[in-house]
Amino acid sequence: MTSSFPWLSLLLILPLAGAIAMYFVTESTARWIALAATLADLFVTLPLWWLFDPQASQMQFTEHVAWITAPPIYYSLGLDGISLPLVLMTAGIMPLCVLASWNAITTRVRGFMAMLLVMETAMVGVFIALDFVLFYVFWEAMLIPMYLLIGVWGGPNRLYAAIKFFLYTLAGSVLLLVAILVLYFYGGHTFDILALSQGTYPASLQMWLFLAFFAAFAVKVPMFPFHTWLPDAHVEAPTAGSVILASILLKMGAYGFLRFSLPMLPDASHAFTPMMVALSIVAIIYGAYMALAQVDLKKLIAYSSVSHMGFVTLGLFVLNQQGIEGAVLQMVNHGITTGGLFLCVGMIYERTHSRLIADNAGLAAPMPKYAVLLVIFALSSLGLPGTNSFVGEFLVLVGTFLWSKVATAFASLGIILAAAYLLWMIQRVVFGIPSPHYLPKLRDLTQREFATLVPLALLVFWIGLYPNPLVSRMHESVTNTLASMSRAKLAPTTHPSAGGKAPLLVDSGEPLIIQGTSR
Amino acid sequence: MSLYGADLLALLPELIIVVTACLVIALDPITPASRRDLLAWLSVGALALCLGITGWQISTLNVRVSAFSDLVVVDAYARFWKILLYGVAGLTIFMSLPYLKAERIHLGEYYGFILLSLSGMMVMVSGADLLTIYLGTELMTLSLYVMTGLNRSKPHSLEASAKYLVLGAFSSGILLYGISLLYGLAGSTKLVSIADAIGTRGADDSLVLIATILIAVGFGFKLAAVPFHMWTPDVYQGAPTSVTAFMAVAAKAASFAAFIRVFVEGLGGLKADWSLLFLFISVITLVLGNVVAIVQTNIKRMLAYSSIAHAGYALIGFVAAGRGVGASGGTPGLASVMIYLALYSFMTLGAFAVIGMLRKGGVEGEEIEDFTGLAKRQPLAAFLMLIFMGSLAGIPPTAGFIGKFYVFMAAVEAGLTWLAAIALIFAAVSAYYYMRVVMVMYMRDPTPSSVALPHLVTSPALSFVLACAVAGVILFGLYPDPLVSFALQSVLTLK
Repeated sequence: MTSSFPWLSLLLILPLAGAIAMYFVTESTARWIALAATLADLFVTLPLWWLFDPQASQMQFTEHVAWITAPPIYYSLGLDGISLPLVLMTAGIMPLCVLASWNAITTRVRGFMAMLLVMETAMVGVFIALDFVLFYVFWEAMLIPMYLLIGVWGGPNRLYAAIKFFLYTLAGSVLLLVAILVLYFYGGHTFDILALSQGTYPASLQMWLFLAFFAAFAVKVPMFPFHTWLPDAHVEAPTAGSVILASILLKMGAYGFLRFSLPMLPDASHAFTPMMVALSIVAIIYGAYMALAQVDLKKLIAYSSVSHMGFVTLGLFVLNQQGIEGAVLQMVNHGITTGGLFLCVGMIYERTHSRLIADNAGLAAPMPKYAVLLVIFALSSLGLPGTNSFVGEFLVLVGTFLWSKVATAFASLGIILAAAYLLWMIQRVVFGIPSPHYLPKLRDLTQREFATLVPLALLVFWIGLYPNPLVSRMHESVTNTLASMSRAKLAPTTHPSAGGKAPLLVDSGEPLIIQGTSR
Repeated sequence: MSLYGADLLALLPELIIVVTACLVIALDPITPASRRDLLAWLSVGALALCLGITGWQISTLNVRVSAFSDLVVVDAYARFWKILLYGVAGLTIFMSLPYLKAERIHLGEYYGFILLSLSGMMVMVSGADLLTIYLGTELMTLSLYVMTGLNRSKPHSLEASAKYLVLGAFSSGILLYGISLLYGLAGSTKLVSIADAIGTRGADDSLVLIATILIAVGFGFKLAAVPFHMWTPDVYQGAPTSVTAFMAVAAKAASFAAFIRVFVEGLGGLKADWSLLFLFISVITLVLGNVVAIVQTNIKRMLAYSSIAHAGYALIGFVAAGRGVGASGGTPGLASVMIYLALYSFMTLGAFAVIGMLRKGGVEGEEIEDFTGLAKRQPLAAFLMLIFMGSLAGIPPTAGFIGKFYVFMAAVEAGLTWLAAIALIFAAVSAYYYMRVVMVMYMRDPTPSSVALPHLVTSPALSFVLACAVAGVILFGLYPDPLVSFALQSVLTLK
């Protein structure tokens, strides 16, 4: 809109070109090519940040080219306030993934870097596609590269983790394809996401479509009963794979809910709100409890992801401005913070070849720089005021408070538990007594590793102290999403469902006490 | 004689293929063993000539041309399939050259049989009369029986040939019985007359229904649809790999082509009945094919079950056409079958080309375990296999996804959303066994043993086949428009 230059296509082409170049280069130059491609992609996204018009609610930087004529499918790209932060985050995380794999990946480096770059194209594509089929192509195109990343370069139990990831996500997303086809015929023979968002669909159809969308997106998020692939995949994946999974892949599920479920299926979204909120709160508390019990650092962070993504889905499905803005912000925050934590775990694993908390105790003395950064990310993850997650979680809780006080109380429990498992982890890892066996291996961060972590730490404080540039850019798009929801014909407003649920739970009185302690 | 001039001109491609086949068989005894390649090149030359003629017919004959008083017809539909079949036969010949030499069964008459089989398929897709179609079917399968048993020193190959012959003859008998019943009630075996007779007698006539069921069973064997699939695994496993590829792709495509023409042009009045029948058949076919494929350890057997499952997917498009809204004439459904089978050809040929050239010691490596660690030894070959497996599983951006997309789109349009959902869930199941091949190639290291590690024997001919297959899978996956519009121009209309 502001410029006719095909910025978004360039974003897709650069990593793909890098991946193709991998075929012709040697192992040692492969790393540099991958770094160059991901950095080039990052530099292409930076102008988008300034050229983006925060006042406009429609898609910007759009590209629209016919791809398939029968049925009409377009190569249609665009960016709004919801996808902009996610695209920036993706482009920002990828160079760090390359840096984190610099020495950690020793076999088949070219293949590894090629897979990372193909992933980047597909992930950016998911966030900017404006045609439903194009979206689905990008969505599914991630499966095989991620399968290989986990299965070829992963840990000892990688075969099981890789196929579990693959089948879970594929089984979820095939139903999405059915839903897309059904929408095509009900929505006026178009795959255009914006046009489909304007249509109204029969209430019973919306319910089925919502469940089909739910199958795809809930597995990806992952929401509570569908989360079991996540600890396996996170633990077995190489560091870069864990970071991609946690920081970017998980956001796609939430993005899917926000981009498709809410505007296209408003009646069903309202109807399913109690279920979604309940599942989110279960995920928040269950994930936190599971994290508390872990002895493996990667597993601990994996379960904390389940808990934190619960906040995201909670914010989305309370269906108000604060909740959704908080959710989008929290998506970015979780990408930064959890990405940082996974990078930290990867670095210590390179030294001690153990991910167990007990083996990696007492790092403060031998590795001061590392300890400081780990503490920063952990505090950000538990939502300390002044860090990024505080802003996001606070907005989500404000949104939830408007919907139901009881739900807010339960969700706040997750924050307390997060403080418990993270501080306990910090206590053991940073301030414990180092085992003499591992002490000689504990060298402090190299410059490359330091350069990998510092950008994320800076973002933690920038978003924590001054979130306004980010929030103002998403404001119009979120308003727009809510406006397209309000055209729901059946329109059971949020209150009846909330009112029906609240008296049942308020009787116990407990949640209010918990809420009091959290303030 | 001048009376038949136009008729013969319409059948020129068939004539060229039959004459070349006879020529190849006649030349075989006087060709020294070292020069047998020439017979293959002669066959490829004939195919190229036919491709040119059929292509020229596209530009000149835009109408339906009937020949020999309506026994055969040359229309856009037949041309679509013929062009596909030329391509498949040509690639099979290129694949066979190195394969037959490695297996030490490089016989000249092999190429003659490929061409004879191809001419049978061409008659099938052009037949406008049940007996013409039957003759084409027999010519196709008789040649295939011989080719299946080509590896005379291997018991598996002979067993497969015998099994195929017995079950093939059995199914032909059933098909012929159905044809004779239709002749009894229509007084003719021409599809047009049969359609007229069904129009006057009504769809409730029990004789019509019995005949339809018998014909459906006969074709069910040829398509390898469940429950008529029993011959497929043994025959696919026992036959030489290049023959298996030819059967899995060309024979399946030709059978589908003839099957669709018979049911659309001849039995179109019964579409409410047969679409229900094939609805059940398609569901059990894709469920059984996909589930049984999971437990296979031999990759040719696994691909046999996978080909059964793919027949199930293609049948969904056909069912959608039968149950579709009248206005569109079933066009989306029938076109989706054509698109599906054309795209299926590329990925299946590619997969079999890789399998055929995997040598372990002196013999063919056809166990899935033989692929262990291939990615380390031959990264490019493993990557191509990865693409073919991903495409068979229907993962975008490969051709396999496009094929499934059109089939399911037709199903949803015809109101069969639940069928699309079931079929897609089983597509996810199928990913398990396709990805297992990827897993052993990329994620397992071979156990050190005294036996030489299996590796892919490359040759220019094989590289050409793989390049064509992978180009088809990727290019049509990214830009299917030319194929889709070609299929939509060539599709039959269901009244």
